[in-house]
Amino acid sequence: MSVQAPDLPIVDGGGGVSPGVAGAAVGSWRAAWQRLRRNRAAMAAGVVFVLIVLWCGPIAPLWVHFVSHRGPNVQNLMGTISSGGRRTSVVSASGAPIGPGLRGAYLLGADSNGRDLFVRVLYGGRTSLTVGIASALICTLLALLLALPAGYYGGKVDRGVSALLDLIWSFPVYLLAVAISATLIVGGLDIGPIHISSSSLLIPIFVIAVVFIPYVARPIRGEVLALREREFVEAAIAHGAGPPRVMLREILPNVAATTLVMFTLIIANNILVEAALSFLGVGVSVLTPSWGNIIQEGYATIVTAPWQTIAPGIAIMLTAISLNVLGDGLRDALDPHGSGRTGGR
Amino acid sequence: MSSAPFWLRRLASLVAVLVALSVIVFVIFNVIPGGDPALRLAGRHPTPQLIADIRHDWGLDKPIWTQYLDMMDRLLIKHNLISYQNQTAVLPAIGRAIPKTLSLAIGAGVIWLGLGVLFGVLSGLNQGKWVDRILTVLAMGGISTPIFWLGAVLLYLLTFRWHSFFLFSWIPAGGYVPLTSSPLQWAEHLVLPWICLSVVSMGFYSRVVRSSLLEVLSADYVRTARAMGLSRRRVLLRHALRTALIPLTSLFALDFGAAVGGTVILIEPVFGINGVGAYAQQAVTQLDLPPLMALTLYGGFFIVIVNAIADLCLTRLDPRIVVA
Repeated sequence: MSVQAPDLPIVDGGGGVSPGVAGAAVGSWRAAWQRLRRNRAAMAAGVVFVLIVLWCGPIAPLWVHFVSHRGPNVQNLMGTISSGGRRTSVVSASGAPIGPGLRGAYLLGADSNGRDLFVRVLYGGRTSLTVGIASALICTLLALLLALPAGYYGGKVDRGVSALLDLIWSFPVYLLAVAISATLIVGGLDIGPIHISSSSLLIPIFVIAVVFIPYVARPIRGEVLALREREFVEAAIAHGAGPPRVMLREILPNVAATTLVMFTLIIANNILVEAALSFLGVGVSVLTPSWGNIIQEGYATIVTAPWQTIAPGIAIMLTAISLNVLGDGLRDALDPHGSGRTGGR
Repeated sequence: MSSAPFWLRRLASLVAVLVALSVIVFVIFNVIPGGDPALRLAGRHPTPQLIADIRHDWGLDKPIWTQYLDMMDRLLIKHNLISYQNQTAVLPAIGRAIPKTLSLAIGAGVIWLGLGVLFGVLSGLNQGKWVDRILTVLAMGGISTPIFWLGAVLLYLLTFRWHSFFLFSWIPAGGYVPLTSSPLQWAEHLVLPWICLSVVSMGFYSRVVRSSLLEVLSADYVRTARAMGLSRRRVLLRHALRTALIPLTSLFALDFGAAVGGTVILIEPVFGINGVGAYAQQAVTQLDLPPLMALTLYGGFFIVIVNAIADLCLTRLDPRIVVA
């Protein structure tokens, strides 16, 4: 992923921040951005993702206030609304709620408790996106923390870290996440002064983050191993730079591209995992809506209220597809020669 | 140690990993601070008597390493791990569930491997053309699908909403029929679960095969073969595909292991298949820890063993790979 500007005689790996070649650093990122801009699918995907974040974020309360007049937890079992000129029950006598329609309130219809489904999907998106992005951030940071020393020092450090990563990765992801979540949810977590209640969002965030550390750390470690042999690292060491300085100022900027791509892809992955955990009952507690637990609540009544199950799933797919396409586009833009492609998992 | 034969070293590291797995499982369930472990083991509706029984049974006041040896003893030697929720033995339940899960996972594995490679090859050979574009869209969609949701929606649409449509009327609404009693019904009941379990991996594999193929097809030795006059198809089948399949072997091992070990938890409850996944899901809803303990360990064992087998196959496929 190092793009070498053809007219610069000094080759330091493109993104490296060595003295005197800052131009190459800026140049390679700019070149990547221009390649990304030419990738229409990736740009469209990026726009879609930003729109989703905007809708679930700042726009959601505005919608509630101005259009639907109902928040995500406002039940309305006995109510009626006028739809197409007639008054119909929000939830019919047989338990079937109204479906989607072009109206302000209940744009996607209602769920079996009479709650506005569109609003619930928006607020569920807040939770799911928060869990997805936060766990991706933590996962990536911890992965970097492990992969940088492992690749740089090699030897015992590398063997230890690799053994740890292999160990975590030997567990089936869902069972490991389920096991830890189930344990934490029963009693919460108490370490010294830190007390986390069982319905806290921090539990799914941390569980999902930890379980996928190997997924992100392995590719980064591979790159660090390769980069360690490059001349600019030798040069830095010859200049007297200690290991932390070399890792942070020489190696880290060069793995930034891979890290960014993995980060984008892992957000999509984590959103899907959050949905799965919530579906199983050990994700986000039902006190706060999330895409996963809306599906979980709707699944039992899918025959009478199909949209309650269908809508959040479509939201999840849209978000995950846009992130995956964007991540793929980022990878193509940052690494056009495709050298790191097949070892993704 | 390095003078010992390869397989002996492999075996030793395998055992080491399995022991480490069991320690982690033990730590997760017994040691994480935050509440009474007896309370945890008792599940969702504990009675004081039950809690007292658990304390006695598990020796929760003994030193930790005794507790660990005790747990391993229950699991491996005495086989008397009991779920406190419904007072049934855990290990026989898992044993009964495994064949159903294997039916599901092996069938799905064949589908996702076969179709994934097929689509990847089609994509790679027709790079940029509409076949490639459509398959890429499908692959991206596949990777981004929550499989439990797909199962629920497909079941709803194909066995309820559109059931009268002739293409779908044969699809049963869930359940499992053993292979030995009726192969046809066994397959009919498993078609939708197979599709759901394969969707994500199919998408992922087609992308991997595609990029691997593209990389190989532009390599020098392939150009040489073509220049020598070998037909495109011959070049593809003999050289390019073989190399492209190497990363796939380790991927498949990981995925298959993960599927049997855990991903089935998302499919089996939806389709009413009483395999390992359904058992795990019940245990989760009841916060029933002994079965979860056994299942997590079982899943880990399975993955480690499948990966070891895959490593052996890898050394056969590509003699340059030396798995230490």
